[in-house]
Amino acid sequence: MALLEFKNIGIKGIAAAVPKTVINNYEYTRYFPAEDVKDIVDKVGIYERRFADEDTCASDLCYHAAEKLIEDMQIDRSEIDLLVFVSQTADYRMPATSIILQDRLGLGKNTIAFDVNLGCSGFVYGLSIVYNFVQQQGIRKALLLDGETRSRVYSPKDRKTAFLFGDGGIAALIEKDEAFGKSWFSLNSDGSRSSLIKMDAGGYRNPSTPETLKEKVVDEHGNIRTDEHGYMNGADVFNFVLAEVPKDIKKTFAYAEADMSRPDFFVFHQANSYMNEYLQKKLKLDAEKVPASVGKFGNTSSVSIPLTIVSELQGRLQGEKELFLCGFGVGMSWASALIKTNNCHVSDIVEI
Amino acid sequence: MEEKFIDALKEALEMEDQEVNFSDNFRDYDTWDSLSRLSLIAVLDSEFDVQIEDAEFAKLVTVEDLYNAVAAKQ
Repeated sequence: MALLEFKNIGIKGIAAAVPKTVINNYEYTRYFPAEDVKDIVDKVGIYERRFADEDTCASDLCYHAAEKLIEDMQIDRSEIDLLVFVSQTADYRMPATSIILQDRLGLGKNTIAFDVNLGCSGFVYGLSIVYNFVQQQGIRKALLLDGETRSRVYSPKDRKTAFLFGDGGIAALIEKDEAFGKSWFSLNSDGSRSSLIKMDAGGYRNPSTPETLKEKVVDEHGNIRTDEHGYMNGADVFNFVLAEVPKDIKKTFAYAEADMSRPDFFVFHQANSYMNEYLQKKLKLDAEKVPASVGKFGNTSSVSIPLTIVSELQGRLQGEKELFLCGFGVGMSWASALIKTNNCHVSDIVEI
Repeated sequence: MEEKFIDALKEALEMEDQEVNFSDNFRDYDTWDSLSRLSLIAVLDSEFDVQIEDAEFAKLVTVEDLYNAVAAKQ
């Protein structure tokens, strides 16, 4: 039973950076007829996304978010003892991108730095890891960086994924403070469903070859991708979410001995509007309490929860607030958290 | 339950004004596509608390097959 409880640790501030290039989804018609595109866009409710240019990595977006946060909050860099970078679009196979970011952000050599390779559940997982470290007296401040260039993972010629994903990066400052009180986490995994969202080649199991980079028609609908593109079985992902996520949410609230009416906001992974709105109705949540940013940023994988906080909750986190977070996806991996914030600083979004 | 099921299917496929028969091949309906599949998943969950995974779903051909699959999970 992977349930965790923490005391007096929380997010002091958060910032986000997105690429300045806006993709209008209705006009993303290079490979598909406009009327098909309209049907898809209307259904998934993703109208705009941000695409990083070819010189910009997830780490660059995180770097700019972190610099913004450090400047806005006047953070003393010498007090940052931990840097965790969550991403599945790292700069290199090695070394870990977090270590490059330690140097680039001017942090000391005694900083703990490592990467976490998780997708849509990654922010909640990353938060739980950072909370664990911050319990230690020797850790003063921690930076959780979470970035994705998901636009490069999927084929623009595969209609199952071509209209969903976007890019972004965030930085969150986590510290001890008695004002935070208790928080609760539930973390889960199901590797039997690893093929629901997957990139088959380009790792060490199926290394990159000229063959794995060849475009192929992969189904009866004429969708085209290479073995180094990601793919997704959207129907079974939806089935998985319906079967597992409400159960995990109830489990987390039971563990916290809290009623589901208690949180001020429910911030879900932004998969697509159709799935998220269904989930909200199924859980009988007040729409006012469920912010959404998927319409303007698309699905940014692990970044979508914190990006929604920055984009939708700026100016709404004064005083003490309780947030329920829930991320679910590639792995399959899913995680829930009930956390408190107290006058959480939310920076303006940076465009790169 | 049959009537409730037919209503749910009509809702998912936006076929409220049309006739739906157990012997129909549901993939032949004009409104059937991968997007209406998502609507079907949602309505089967909300009305019957049932999920039918892709591998099983691929073998279902008629409305009756679909009904039997839902009924078997009740």
